[in-house]
Amino acid sequence: MSDKPARIPYYPGCTMKTKALGFERSAMDCAEIIGFEMDELKDWNCCGASYPLTKDNLMGLTAPTNILVEAERRCQKEEVDPNLITLCVFCYNTLKRTEYAFGQDKKKLETVNAFLDRKYEGSIRVVHYLEYLRDVIGFDNLAKMIKTDMSKYKVAPYYGCLLLKPQKEIGLDDPEDPVILHNFLDALGCKVVDFPAQVDCCGSYLVMREPKKVSKLSYDILADANEYGAETLVTACPLCQSNLDQSQSDKVQFADLDGMPVLYFTQLLAVAFGLDTKTHKLEEHNIDPRPLFEANGSDSESK
Amino acid sequence: MTKCTEDNKPIMVGDRTIPPPDARYITISIMGQPYEVPETLTILKAMEFVGYQFTRGCGCRGGICGACGTFYRIEGDHALQTGLACQTVVEPGMILAQVPFFPSNRASELDLETKMPADQQIATMYPEIFRCVGCGTCTRTCPMDIDVMGYIAHFKRGDIMGGAENSFDCIMCGLCAARCPANISQFNVAMTARRIASARLTPKSECTAARAEQVRSGRYEPMLAELCEMSKEDLKTLYVEREREPDLAKPGEWMPEDQTKL
Repeated sequence: MSDKPARIPYYPGCTMKTKALGFERSAMDCAEIIGFEMDELKDWNCCGASYPLTKDNLMGLTAPTNILVEAERRCQKEEVDPNLITLCVFCYNTLKRTEYAFGQDKKKLETVNAFLDRKYEGSIRVVHYLEYLRDVIGFDNLAKMIKTDMSKYKVAPYYGCLLLKPQKEIGLDDPEDPVILHNFLDALGCKVVDFPAQVDCCGSYLVMREPKKVSKLSYDILADANEYGAETLVTACPLCQSNLDQSQSDKVQFADLDGMPVLYFTQLLAVAFGLDTKTHKLEEHNIDPRPLFEANGSDSESK
Repeated sequence: MTKCTEDNKPIMVGDRTIPPPDARYITISIMGQPYEVPETLTILKAMEFVGYQFTRGCGCRGGICGACGTFYRIEGDHALQTGLACQTVVEPGMILAQVPFFPSNRASELDLETKMPADQQIATMYPEIFRCVGCGTCTRTCPMDIDVMGYIAHFKRGDIMGGAENSFDCIMCGLCAARCPANISQFNVAMTARRIASARLTPKSECTAARAEQVRSGRYEPMLAELCEMSKEDLKTLYVEREREPDLAKPGEWMPEDQTKL
């Protein structure tokens, strides 16, 4: 890892500015402690949120290309490594797969460039925050920065789908037996609760039409984590977070399960760093995670 | 009325089109028919020159009302180009047609008293903005060089004020909507957003409200009546000799000596 603090172009995506403010703010605060800066792109549009399911649908690649070309220009102008850091896994998935598609097939890039009247050279490497911690900072270095004793917390790492799949295109970790969040939690010093439902689907967008089905899926995941002894769950996906957290309002489905807080991994990292978490929107979670930290004697409020 | 130039080309004279006497003639195509028109004319004037009359698709002729937004191509070039017909000068080989009107979606009712957050209000009135795939055709179409896709992106992520500011130069020509593959009427969304931004998101100026109240109270009626009674000469003198704020006075610091009329 390099010694001087890096400024990395950062693509937030719409959710970071609306429903997942706590994710973004905690990630930014933690980056400052770790020693890098997330430098938001000046002009950015929605990434499209879902990667096109047909191979020849290039229209779906125009939005991510507009973002990548913006990042490329920034990197060339500032002469920094052509990386683009993301938080939301929907954005990560869409941008990463676009990167892969252009890497595999230059003709696709040429067609999209011609359509957009832009010149994306294909240099940008899309990196997830978690990936940056693992590959550039190093989890062992991260472990040395932890200020709070986290060994009290029994945390289940929940991956969902889009952070890992499809593996050929994303290539972050094993899609069925991933370890990246486990290793992250290890570095924090938490008790990591390995549980079978860690890569099960939360129901994703189905929540719009079939909230009952999503309640059931969320229940299965949370009940599984609970059975294996977890008291909280961390994720990197805003939609997983929302589904798992909000579904717990369904008192019929969740009759036999006590509320389990669902955190963004950066919110937990902020606690581990002993940061002031007031701006991290913990109070907006359906299942308030603050009592958990207070009960365990974390003094993040007083810092 | 028409008259002939030396090389026997008819030109129209009168209140509108008076090309220079030695103007060169160029060939353009209007709705598939070739015409010879003097160079230097704008698209609008060139079409009028050959006999078209416009009641729609033209307006201020000053490049600001947005009524004459138009598409054209140059023969041999694949690119569809855009401009305002009253501002764009004809070129040889231009293929023209004037767009009189383009159907667009405009949400009918705008409730400025609602308690709904501004971003949700826009999302409710124009849910089609979420169909945007980010192709950027609108931005490349805009004759005012506005980043149309950019302001739609602001609305999508709930930044109504940002989108309102970035769309401020819009002249409502509607060409963006004509080209949008997602069927968004961007310019109407932006107008609604600017109304919401100014009515609901902009801090209210207390001094403006206080001044409006002073005006309503009739405080200035006698002063106006006094001015109406004055002779033209006295009025001129009063105007010329009035106290004026110096050009470089710091904002809010200068006060006139005679404060009886404030």
